[in-house]
Amino acid sequence: MHKEFYPKGVKTVGNRLRDPTFHTVQAQENRPNALTSGHRACQGCGEALGARYVIDAAVRATEGKVVVVNATGCLEVFSSQSPESAWQVPWVHSLFGNAAAVATGVAAAMRAKGTPDIRVVAQGGDGGTTDIGFGALSGMFERADDVLYVCYDNEAYMNTGVQRSSATPPAARTATTPVAGQAPGNVFGTGKSVPKLALAHGIAYVATASIAFLHDLEAKVFRAMSFHGARYLHVHVPCPLGWGTQPEDTLVHARNAVYSGMFPLFEGEYGHVTRAFHIENPIPVEMYLKGQRRFAHLFGKDGPNAERIQALQAIADAHIATFGLVAPQGDHA
Amino acid sequence: MLKQIEGSQGIAAAVALCRPDVICAYPITPQTHIVEDLSVLVKSGKLKAEYINVESEFAALSVAIGASSTGVRSYTATSSQGLLFMAEAVYNASGMELPIVMTLGNRAIGAPINIWNDHSDAMAMRNAGWIMLFAETNQEAVDLHIQAFRIAELLRCPVMVCVDGFVLTHASDRIDIPTQEEVDNFLPSFLSDQTLDPTRPLSIGAMVGPELFTEVRYLAHVKQQTALSVIPQVADEFYEAFQRPSGGLMRGYHLQDAETVVVSMGSMTGTIKEAIDEERAAGHSIGSLNIVSFRPFPAEAIQKALKKARTVIVIDRAIDPGDGGPVFQQVQRILMGKGPMVCSVIAGLGGRAVTRRSLRQLFEQMRSSAVESPHFLDLDTKTLSDFLSTQRCCSKSCSSCRAC
Ligand SMILES: Cc1ncc(C[n+]2csc(CCOP(=O)(O)OP(=O)(O)O)c2C)c(N)n1
Ligand code: SF4
Ligand SMILES: [Mg+2]
Repeated sequence: MHKEFYPKGVKTVGNRLRDPTFHTVQAQENRPNALTSGHRACQGCGEALGARYVIDAAVRATEGKVVVVNATGCLEVFSSQSPESAWQVPWVHSLFGNAAAVATGVAAAMRAKGTPDIRVVAQGGDGGTTDIGFGALSGMFERADDVLYVCYDNEAYMNTGVQRSSATPPAARTATTPVAGQAPGNVFGTGKSVPKLALAHGIAYVATASIAFLHDLEAKVFRAMSFHGARYLHVHVPCPLGWGTQPEDTLVHARNAVYSGMFPLFEGEYGHVTRAFHIENPIPVEMYLKGQRRFAHLFGKDGPNAERIQALQAIADAHIATFGLVAPQGDHA
Repeated sequence: MLKQIEGSQGIAAAVALCRPDVICAYPITPQTHIVEDLSVLVKSGKLKAEYINVESEFAALSVAIGASSTGVRSYTATSSQGLLFMAEAVYNASGMELPIVMTLGNRAIGAPINIWNDHSDAMAMRNAGWIMLFAETNQEAVDLHIQAFRIAELLRCPVMVCVDGFVLTHASDRIDIPTQEEVDNFLPSFLSDQTLDPTRPLSIGAMVGPELFTEVRYLAHVKQQTALSVIPQVADEFYEAFQRPSGGLMRGYHLQDAETVVVSMGSMTGTIKEAIDEERAAGHSIGSLNIVSFRPFPAEAIQKALKKARTVIVIDRAIDPGDGGPVFQQVQRILMGKGPMVCSVIAGLGGRAVTRRSLRQLFEQMRSSAVESPHFLDLDTKTLSDFLSTQRCCSKSCSSCRAC
C-alpha cells in the first residue's frame, strides 16, 4: 500500500488517474473542514492534522450528524480560545479526565431526545486517555455506550510542556524523564497499550491508525461509525515541539514509526484482532529514532548506543511478530 | 397523596415526577436508596428516562454534564466521599451553567471513615457556585427537589438539595407526594437555549483568558445574587400550587420577640424547635432561624431577622478545624458591629445525635456563664483527658520527651 501514489489535492495527477471513489475525504474540494484554519497549533502539528482527518471522516460517515466531546489538552487549547473556535461541528469541552463520561451523557441525551442518529465522537490526547481519563474510558467501554473515542497519541503531555505519560516510549526524553544519569530518558519495561486494553473490553471495534496513512485512517473511521456501541481509535500523531523534529517532517516520522514496527496498525472487532496493516520490508528502528531530538542521546558523540537501540528494536520486532505485520510473500493488505 | 414511606423513597418519587431524561447512579451510603428506587421506576417503565450505572461519582456528574449540555434534564445523587471524588466536575457544572439537580445525602468525610450524618461534605463544596438548599424534613426534601429543577432551569445554575443522611434519608415518614399533573403544571419542560445540535454548531466550554475571566466570575456572583429573589419566588409559586409552605431562603420560629436565636440548617432544626417549646414554657425568650438556602447566603434577610436578638447561637454540623463552624463564620461576619453576641456551637458530627436534653443544658449553661466558642456539644471530656494524659507528645519526630 505504501508504494501507492498519495493524493495531495484534487488536481494532482494521482487524483486524476484514480477512480473518484478512491479519493480520500481530505482530497475532496468540499471536505467538511470540521477543524478549520485559524487555530493556534504549532506548525506541523500532527494532532491538528489527525483531528481534522478523523472528524471530517466522521462528519461524512454520519452525513453531518455528529457531536464532538474534547478532553483538555493541546487540541482543546489550540482550537477553542474564547471568543474564537475553529470547530465547525457542535463541540463541548468539560475536563481533562472525563471526556468519555461526558460523551456517554451526550449519547444518552440523544436517545432521550429521540435523535440517536446524532452520533458522538470523544477525543483526547494520550495523557487524557491512557492516564487520567482511563477510568472513564473503561467505564464507557464496559457499558457499550454508543461513542467512538479517539486518542491522539503524541507520546507525552504536550500541553503542559512535554512530560512523560504512560504512552511515552522507552528512552524518550521528556521534561520528567530527562537526559541525565545512568539510563537517560524514559524507563524501559513501563507503559501500556490502550488499544489492546480496549480489545480486552470486547467492544465492537478497535483500531490504531496513523496520519501518514490517510486512506487507512479514513477507512477505519468509516468502519468505526458503521458499528453501534463503544469503539476506540488510537491515532499516532508526531509533535514537532515535543519530539524535537522539523515541522515539515511530521509525516516522515509518522510513516517511519509504522514502517519500523514501532507503531503497529491493526484492527479488531469484539475482542479479536481482525486485520493488520502489512509492512513489506521493515526499516530499522534506528531510522525512525534518528532526527528526533528526544532520542538524540542514543546517538551521542561516542557513536550510537547499540545496546539501547537494540532494546527499542526488540520492541518493534515484538510488534511485528505479535500482529504479523510482515505479510507472507504475495499477500498484501 | 399521603404515603408512609422512607425519605429516600419520597425523594426518588419526587425526582421521577420531575421527568428527568438522564439519571446517573453510583452507590454510596446514605444516598443509595434514592438511585435504587429510581432504577426500579425506570426498569418497570413507570419513568421514561436513560438510567446509567457509572463507574465513579466523577463519571456520574460528568455524564450529567454531557447530557445537560445536550439540553436534557439531568439528575444524580451522592454523599460524602462521592462528592469529593467528583469535586472537579462540581465546579465545572456550575462554570458551564448547567441546570443539573443533585441530591446530597449529607454524611461525614473521612478519615476516619464514617458513614453517618453531618454537613462536612456540603461545606467542602460551598464555594463551587452551586445553589445549595437544606431540607428540614422529608416533606421539605420532596418539595425542594421539585422546586430545585425549576430554580436550576430559570437560572441556568446547578442545584444541590442537601438532605441529612439517615436522619431523613432512612426515616419512615408520612409524606405528601404530589400527582404527576400537579408537578407538570408547576414545572414546565426544559427548553435549553444552548445545546449540542449539528444544525446549529456551537462550541461549549472554550478557554477564557485574563481579558474576560474576571467578568465571567462576576456574572457567576450576580447569578447567585439573582437567586436570592428567584428562590423565594419559586417557593411562593410552590405554595400557590401545592398549598404547603416549603423552601424559600430561611424560616423563623418564635423569632419576633426572641432575645436568643438559634441558627441552624437541616433536620436538627426540628429538635431545636422542640427544645425551644420547652424553653418557652419555662419562660425563656428564645427562637429559631432555619437557613434553607445556604448558597446563595441570604445575608440581608438574616441580618433583618436577627436585628432584635441579643444572643445568636449558631449550631454547625461541620467544622473548619482550627477555625470553627462554617455557618457561624458567615453569620458572625454579617452581624459584625450590629449588636448581638454570636456564639458558635459544633454539634452532631459523624452521626452523633443532637438531643433536646443536650440543647436545653447548653442554653441553660449559656445563660449562667460564658461558654467557649466554638463550643463542642456533648464533647466526651473524660475520654479526651484520659487520652491526652497518656499521649505525651503529638508526633514521633518530637525530641522533647523520651516517652516515644
Ligand atoms: C485534572 C487535571 N490535571 C492536570 C491538568 C493539566 N493538563 C492540562 S493539558 C495536560 C496535558 C495533556 O496531555 P495529553 O492528554 O497527552 O494531550 P496533548 O496536550 O499532548 O495533546 C495537562 C497535564 C488539568 N487540566 N487537569
Ligand atoms: S505542542 Fe505538539 S501537540 Fe501541541 S500544538 Fe504543538 S505540535 Fe501540536
Ligand atoms: Mg499527548
